[in-house]
Amino acid sequence: MVELRLPRNSEIGKGKTYPALAGAKNVKTFRVYRWTPDDDKNPVVDSYEIDLDTIGPMVLDAIIHIKNDVDPTLTFRRSCREGICGSCAMNIDGENTLACLKPIKDITGDVRIYPLPHMPIVKDLVSNLDGAYAQLRSINPWLQSDSAPPPDAERKQSIEERAKLDGMWECILCFCCTTSCPSYWWNGDRYLGPAVLLAAYRWIADSRDEHTGNRLDALEDTFKLYACRTIMNCTQTCPKGLNPAKAIGRIKELQIERKA
Amino acid sequence: MNASVPHIDVMRSQLGRARGLGAGGSGTAHWWAERVTAASLLPLSTWFIVQMFRLGGAEHKDVVKWGGKPVNATMLTALIITTFYHAQLGLQVIVDDYVHGKAHLPARILVRFITSLLGLLGVLAVVKLVAAGSRRS
Repeated sequence: MVELRLPRNSEIGKGKTYPALAGAKNVKTFRVYRWTPDDDKNPVVDSYEIDLDTIGPMVLDAIIHIKNDVDPTLTFRRSCREGICGSCAMNIDGENTLACLKPIKDITGDVRIYPLPHMPIVKDLVSNLDGAYAQLRSINPWLQSDSAPPPDAERKQSIEERAKLDGMWECILCFCCTTSCPSYWWNGDRYLGPAVLLAAYRWIADSRDEHTGNRLDALEDTFKLYACRTIMNCTQTCPKGLNPAKAIGRIKELQIERKA
Repeated sequence: MNASVPHIDVMRSQLGRARGLGAGGSGTAHWWAERVTAASLLPLSTWFIVQMFRLGGAEHKDVVKWGGKPVNATMLTALIITTFYHAQLGLQVIVDDYVHGKAHLPARILVRFITSLLGLLGVLAVVKLVAAGSRRS
């Protein structure tokens, strides 16, 4: 039935406070979720007081500073630091986003940093995305075409056909949208979630793909596609400014179109 | 570290879990019916509200006479069927969202049963109204 409260072992306690160095002038407090599988303790929120004059402008700069200079036990994913790899997706100031694209100055008050919501935690800010990755794999996110490609050239698209993929190929699969979606929280085992449905529509809309009908068949399901309740958290949270809700709407339109 | 090794009861691969039982092959009809009934309820409800204002304070025999007219009875029946059908579709969505595990299927059946019965009750009330209204006194 409905889960109205956190499981007992997920309730968050108060953690340690790491004060700023003496003489720091521009101090901001970063409150960071901490949990490790190595003991049986509940998660806690540690507070780090950071001098903003000593670090770069983004939240990721602060987290890297914490790991390098304050507390090396802090665990998080990061790679490109320019919003193209999707590794540093986390919940910052109540919204899923990429730490590398989130300016610290946009946040009033303490900076609250949690892992992506409602996913199993590996450690600290690292959430387990295995299920979401497998769901992506399940929609066959690659070109499926039975016609032989031209022997000496690529498969061609018109400018108009190629333009249909804009707003979808830019997705970096950070899963900020999927983990912001209440439908995914309640039914993540059956609902594919906005990121995977955006990927599915990217291939449905591709003029070179010849398995469009099979792809729509695979989504004709009460949960896989239709657990979307047009809540629109996905579009609001996307750090790349994409619109997964619109892609889901287009899939629903095509389902109607082929039945009418 | 934990003293004892915890028991793992699911070792199925993530891809196997994601594919699950495959697509159920339905969903579009439900989703579309939800929208069509919602749109239909706009004019039907507007008509009903206007009629209720017109009948405000009317005598019982006037209401019976009103209900005996074929257009009114048709609109009333359409409103009742559409309302309870829409309620059924909407409540199923709520059940799908919030009721999991073994309770899911019984809850779905219960929603259908209750909304169907209430709809039937409404329709029969209209039939009774029509029968009373068409009786010549």
